[in-house]
Amino acid sequence: MSERDAERPVRGRRSGPFWPRTRTWLRRHWDLAALALLAMAPAVVPALGGALGGQVTIVFISCILALGLNVMVGSTGLVHLGIAAFFGIGAFCHAILTVPTEPFRWSFLPAAALSVLITAGVGLALGAPTLRLRGDYLAIVTLGFGEVVKVSLRNLEQITGGMKGLNPVPPPAAGLRLGGVDLGMQFAVDPRWFYALALGVLAVVVVALRRLERSRLGRAWMAVREDELAAAATGISASRVKLSAFALSSALAGLAGCLYAACLSTTADPNAYDFNRSVMVLCAVILGGLGSIPGTLLGVALLVGFDTVLAPWADAAIQQSGINPGGSMLLSFSGWRLALFGFVLVLVMRLKPAGLMPSRRMAAELREARA
Amino acid sequence: MSTEILLQQCLIGLANGALIALVALGYTMVYGIVRLINFAHGDLVMLGACLALSLVEFSGLTAAGPVTTWIGIAGLVLACGLFCGSLNVLVDRVVYRPLRGAPKLAPLVSAIGVSFIFMNVGLFWIGPADRSFPPLVPATNLLAGDRLQFTARDLLVVAIVVPLMVALTVLVRATPLGRAMRAVAQDPVAATLMGVDVERVIAATFFLGGFLGGAASVVHGLTITTIGFQMGFLNGLYAFTAAVLGGIGSVPGAVVGGLVIGLVRALSSLLVGERWTGAVVFGILIVILVFRPEGLLGRRTVDKV
Repeated sequence: MSERDAERPVRGRRSGPFWPRTRTWLRRHWDLAALALLAMAPAVVPALGGALGGQVTIVFISCILALGLNVMVGSTGLVHLGIAAFFGIGAFCHAILTVPTEPFRWSFLPAAALSVLITAGVGLALGAPTLRLRGDYLAIVTLGFGEVVKVSLRNLEQITGGMKGLNPVPPPAAGLRLGGVDLGMQFAVDPRWFYALALGVLAVVVVALRRLERSRLGRAWMAVREDELAAAATGISASRVKLSAFALSSALAGLAGCLYAACLSTTADPNAYDFNRSVMVLCAVILGGLGSIPGTLLGVALLVGFDTVLAPWADAAIQQSGINPGGSMLLSFSGWRLALFGFVLVLVMRLKPAGLMPSRRMAAELREARA
Repeated sequence: MSTEILLQQCLIGLANGALIALVALGYTMVYGIVRLINFAHGDLVMLGACLALSLVEFSGLTAAGPVTTWIGIAGLVLACGLFCGSLNVLVDRVVYRPLRGAPKLAPLVSAIGVSFIFMNVGLFWIGPADRSFPPLVPATNLLAGDRLQFTARDLLVVAIVVPLMVALTVLVRATPLGRAMRAVAQDPVAATLMGVDVERVIAATFFLGGFLGGAASVVHGLTITTIGFQMGFLNGLYAFTAAVLGGIGSVPGAVVGGLVIGLVRALSSLLVGERWTGAVVFGILIVILVFRPEGLLGRRTVDKV
């Protein structure tokens, strides 16, 4: 039986009644269904026009970043501890190409396209010499690379603005008028525009990655993950396959970086692209289930959502309720943030070592390894 | 630039490197036995420093005479070592041990989780701001003349680090426990067949690594003199880099790696400026790993299908 059939056992039941078919579709593609629901949300939830909209947009952007990381860690099995560096390179390239204080002043699309290309190139440049490193050593090299990039972004003040970062990054479609409405202004005023943009890009990325997963390249990634020597013996060029994973994952991280800079209208200071972010994204990918696209989305929604949406909300709620008049750390939510985070990671790994929603293949492998 | 300045930086670098090596040993020993990058180790050292600070404040050691101070420091090293060692064993027992057969990245994520929990404990213990550690040992120069500085603090580092390393080497080379540790590192299954209690060896390794980390936390407090709940991250990163540089899993490698990192940090802050040290250290790490993927003293492994 070919792999395609194994992945889609319900193909033949095309003509079944409506509900069972929908249910099966939902079970397979619930991530797409969730994205569709989220697309409709701004019409129903007015709060998305306020601060919440911006926070959820950050979660979407983190999803793109995590999907990029998943290509490397999940699909290809290369542990990467420096994804934030590529996120940062994308953000800063985009900012350098667009901010009014630098000489280029490109508009959003060409700047984003070039930034993505540059990040992919940097990914290749890091990947090529490190191809023969394996496992934990590769993890350290990517970690080291992340630190080098962070220090460089911080210290090359003439180019990157140092700790101040670069701003203002103009919104997409700045200066573009459509029927008397200044679209750039709309992006700046109403967070729902960025919400829609980020969600749209995320949906495209999800669909593209789902297709790619089943393509020849996607299967080659998995073959290299399972056993590099055996894959090479069947005629797969392991180095090419790994390099493609490097390039794609860096490109996606760069894309997320562009959106991030445009959304915040600043690159923020280089510490926003440090090891902590890399670890957070890696944890999200592993927590959700390595190699599984819906799992990755779930992991990011949990971890990043916890950090950017729930924590500020809970802090504000505690402050309003007046439980904590002295402002003591023990009674504030963010005082416990780290421990809560840690307990979630430890508990999930203890109860579901393969992640919350492992890909079928990973789950099968795990059962096989146990047997 | 004069030779004295260069020599001075080398001295500073070596003292710093000895401290890094002490922490690096904790990473490398655990990795050698269970193949786990123990991300929580840096934060374990941070908790040790918190305990040291509390003990110093509680015991009033700052007002003691020189002899009492040195005895007190020995007591601190012992107390923090025991504390960190036991905590490390406890964490292994509760968190890592149930994951022995799990996918490789599950223990790694758990270690990251433990590191977050430790950081939160440290936050509640000493507060969000950096705290200054009472300078029990003065920074007086022990050398004649003022051209080179070798302070009492540097002597303290040597006095704590060297005996510990000698003891560790003897333990690994010449005791039954050390032999069992080497056997488990080589092949856990074969070691089990030879009658080695693998879980006991793993616990002993976590204890030893933690003990060295606890000792390092006292040295850190006394020589660097500021501690904060976030200090574990950067120190852990440097120590871990040292372990990889020397060849992760190799005990002498960790020492060499630590000294190299210390020297590189000191010299690069002299030659290219303090703010670039991070980039230089990790840049050198990348270059070394590209040309010698097994680290300076690591052994090359061959892949098998």
